[in-house]
Amino acid sequence: MREEAEAGLALYDVTVRHHGPFGPVTAVDGVSLEVPRGTTVGLVGESGSGKSTLARAVVGLDSPCAGRITVGGREYRGRRAADRRRLGQQVQLVFQDPDTALDPRMTVRQSLAEAAGAFVRLDRRSREQRIGGLLELVGLDAGCADRVPRQLSGGQRQRVAVARALAVDPAVLIADEVTSALDVSVRAALLTTLRDLQRRMGFAMLFISHDLAAVRQVSDVVAVMYLGRIVETAATENLLRGPRHPYTRTLLSAVPSLHAGRRPVGEPLLPGEVPDPASPPTGCRFHPRCPVGPNRRPERDVCAARDPQQEAAGQPHRAACHFPYPADACPPHVVSVHQNADGDRTPRTPGDLPS
Amino acid sequence: MVLSSPSPLTPRATAGRSRATRSGWSTPMGVITLVMLGSLAVLAVAGAVLWGQAADRPDPSAVLRAPTASHLLGTDHLGRDLLARLLSATWLSLLPAVAATLLGATAGITLGSLTAVVGGRARRLLGALINLLLAFPALLVAMFFAALFGAGAGGAVCALAVACAPGFARITQTLAAKVAGTDFMAAARVLGLRRHRLLLRHVLPHIAEPLMLNTTVATGSALVALSGLSFLGLGVQPPSYDWGLLLSQGLDRIYTEPLPAVAPGIAIVYAAVAFQLLGEMLAGAAARRVRPRQSEEPALHPARTGVPEAADHVLEVEDLRVALPTAEGVVRPVRGVTLALRRGEMVGLVGESGSGKSLTALAIADLLPDGACATWGTHRFLGTDADSLSRRERRRQLATGMAMIFQNPASAFNPSLRIGTQMTEAVRAHHRTPRAQAVEQALAQLQRVALPGGRRLLRSRPFQLSGGQRQRVAIAAASMMRPDLIVADEPTTALDVTVQRQIMDLLHGVRRDDATAILFISHDIALVADACDRVLVMYGGTIVENLPAHELATGARHPYTRMLVASVPDLATDRDHPLHTIEGRPPDPCGTAPGCPFHDRCPHRVDRCAVESPVLSALDPEHEVACWQPLAPAQFHGQRETEEAEQ
Repeated sequence: MREEAEAGLALYDVTVRHHGPFGPVTAVDGVSLEVPRGTTVGLVGESGSGKSTLARAVVGLDSPCAGRITVGGREYRGRRAADRRRLGQQVQLVFQDPDTALDPRMTVRQSLAEAAGAFVRLDRRSREQRIGGLLELVGLDAGCADRVPRQLSGGQRQRVAVARALAVDPAVLIADEVTSALDVSVRAALLTTLRDLQRRMGFAMLFISHDLAAVRQVSDVVAVMYLGRIVETAATENLLRGPRHPYTRTLLSAVPSLHAGRRPVGEPLLPGEVPDPASPPTGCRFHPRCPVGPNRRPERDVCAARDPQQEAAGQPHRAACHFPYPADACPPHVVSVHQNADGDRTPRTPGDLPS
Repeated sequence: MVLSSPSPLTPRATAGRSRATRSGWSTPMGVITLVMLGSLAVLAVAGAVLWGQAADRPDPSAVLRAPTASHLLGTDHLGRDLLARLLSATWLSLLPAVAATLLGATAGITLGSLTAVVGGRARRLLGALINLLLAFPALLVAMFFAALFGAGAGGAVCALAVACAPGFARITQTLAAKVAGTDFMAAARVLGLRRHRLLLRHVLPHIAEPLMLNTTVATGSALVALSGLSFLGLGVQPPSYDWGLLLSQGLDRIYTEPLPAVAPGIAIVYAAVAFQLLGEMLAGAAARRVRPRQSEEPALHPARTGVPEAADHVLEVEDLRVALPTAEGVVRPVRGVTLALRRGEMVGLVGESGSGKSLTALAIADLLPDGACATWGTHRFLGTDADSLSRRERRRQLATGMAMIFQNPASAFNPSLRIGTQMTEAVRAHHRTPRAQAVEQALAQLQRVALPGGRRLLRSRPFQLSGGQRQRVAIAAASMMRPDLIVADEPTTALDVTVQRQIMDLLHGVRRDDATAILFISHDIALVADACDRVLVMYGGTIVENLPAHELATGARHPYTRMLVASVPDLATDRDHPLHTIEGRPPDPCGTAPGCPFHDRCPHRVDRCAVESPVLSALDPEHEVACWQPLAPAQFHGQRETEEAEQ
């Protein structure tokens, strides 16, 4: 396991704290995650769950206060400029909003040249070749090179941002909500491009998104985050077909689906509000809102007392829950996913809805 | 991805033609500024050469003369001609002012912009230093340092530079902080770029414009300040002289002879005003760079007219067009939209960004941005023709009959007002509901959107709530007036899926209880198909298809709708099958070409599509499509069919 992780990105018990207005806020709390080379881990969670903080910690924009982050087996801890540069050679980040991720005053050529020349000296000819190669890699026309970002569409800008990140040939690529600002038709193309690029270049990718469908398209493994902790990790299809953590199940059932038919209007999904990350609940962080937790089943008071993180460690389908669902128990909403994914593509019509 | 040729709007193509008119130098103010600056420049260069000798030639026979024909401003105590002295002092008055400003600006900008690229601790230290320096009044600092450096032109320049540096540092710090927070700066840091490169390449170019303006204006102030120092005897020392010194010497006899004192004063004011005007002109030119240009009228897309007036229609819109002036020219994002909503109906309006869906909503709510212009074929709201109402009546009708829910709940509320005030203001203004009763109503509405806290919540301010809570308050506030129509513009886009589902359930509840019609605008087709009765698909400013929501997945007849549906990644689609994408780009909102807006991306186009725009026409009572050759209805309902149709 160690060997495997050493090739890509590995996080061991990483904790990141922010200075909040009322004291420190633990945005990421003891997260362990492995992204082997050539694979993609999808990180899913709602806003405030700490996904983006985790990404910033990996690329060195935030510094973790505990735990280790290794890239290619090496740890990059230093805060000096030289350490930063060594980390930048290994890990790159693609941002959510393509409108702000590129310097509006620099042409595509200048942006890419800056990135390509950040760590290696290139003469004019090899630099031009590199820029041409990068544009081709992300499926952009060479004519784009002399445009400034505002002359490009959102999808093209995001491709330029991907090209800039890949210009240093990183071992790890972090994609932080890269598709959420894009239109649906462009989104599909970018997801396909990312998958192809990974197959060709073999980098490890951490794909952060709140869009489960997009995560499913690109990821080999999916990790679900809630309030700074990873609550469930499993191979993509296993997680989507047989979610074991109650939070994952709720999350999945909230996704509207075009082909699975209309869902009934019902009870609110989760009772209560997302707890304040400055003072998280004790024990399992999900227990106050859990549909099968101590609020509904009083005998399950262990949830409020003991954190289920430890017991779950080390399993292939890791669910940090004291009372996980068995892996093969399909929740009702996944049944349709099952059928469709198996080839029987008949979607449900509103008539045959389960009531 | 197919790339269109460089757009005709590339600003470079037209910038040359109109640079002079657009920059504003040909306006009267511009001419005056240029003349003033030109005269100063000529005097600065030529003054000392032409009048330098006359200015230094003493004439014992004509000491302290009043103005005469030969000495227009009179003479000084050595009999030197004051006009010649005034003119030849231009050089020595302006140069130190410019030098002091440049020195001060360089120091200040360096200090301020460093805050954007150094680490957290160094940034706080620098910020504290700048604050400390700013705490002292600039003129006092200048006088202190002038005394410290010793009297003389050099000392005065250095002193003034020290005095104006903190101001520059603060402005630069503020401007640079904005740049430092951007994603592209974060990306540059992740690339490990060195600090000087971050500074020169990414920070300074973005803040150069306001800094240049500021420097120009500061030069004028520095001129006045330097003259002041000279006047106090801390600046230029005799036998050298500048305007300030001349003023000081003239002041001795101001009661007998005002002109020798007034004339240098006028010169100082003249030069200071010239620099201020230059600053104004530069600022104006920078602002004008975003002024719209006119573009030609696009080919008129025919829109369907003659929708039968139905008794239960809340809203009827025919042939809505919106023109919007922007920096790139007048864009026409909405080009003939026709829609109608029945009472209690939830209609989804889907489209990609730039399809005009949000502007359609804003036009319906009469909330278009300044300068935007909407034209309507028919516009009936609650059975009344909007044209027949006065502006005031129309506002009132909209305020009581329509509510709007925006995408970003953070900016939809006034952050400084309490939730309760904002929820009750509409009923109190329009229904004259007493305060206590309005509060009761607000509490009932909050109960309905499942927000606990009651009166405590009403007393809180928007920033104390989470995004989902704010959006629920927005729904509660919208239903306070029991409106007949709610326009919800991407109300869940900024929210998480679980919260999204909560919001959708609330909207359903409002619609069920109050029979409110809801126009639900979204780019998320899956969500719209799930929540709405009917879906309007928008593309290139027109509605291309109007169909029942349950048919969206399989029964769409317009090629665009089919391709859009096929490109949605879904938890149910096959992962190994590549997702479909729509090649090409959405139509240019400034474009003027006739024909179907989708024809250049459409795999089913025929010759007619490029020249004539199809009109939304009924296929059956529930289904309308704007296409010359609608696709055949899918035979067995399945996604496979959609895919085949595309190939």
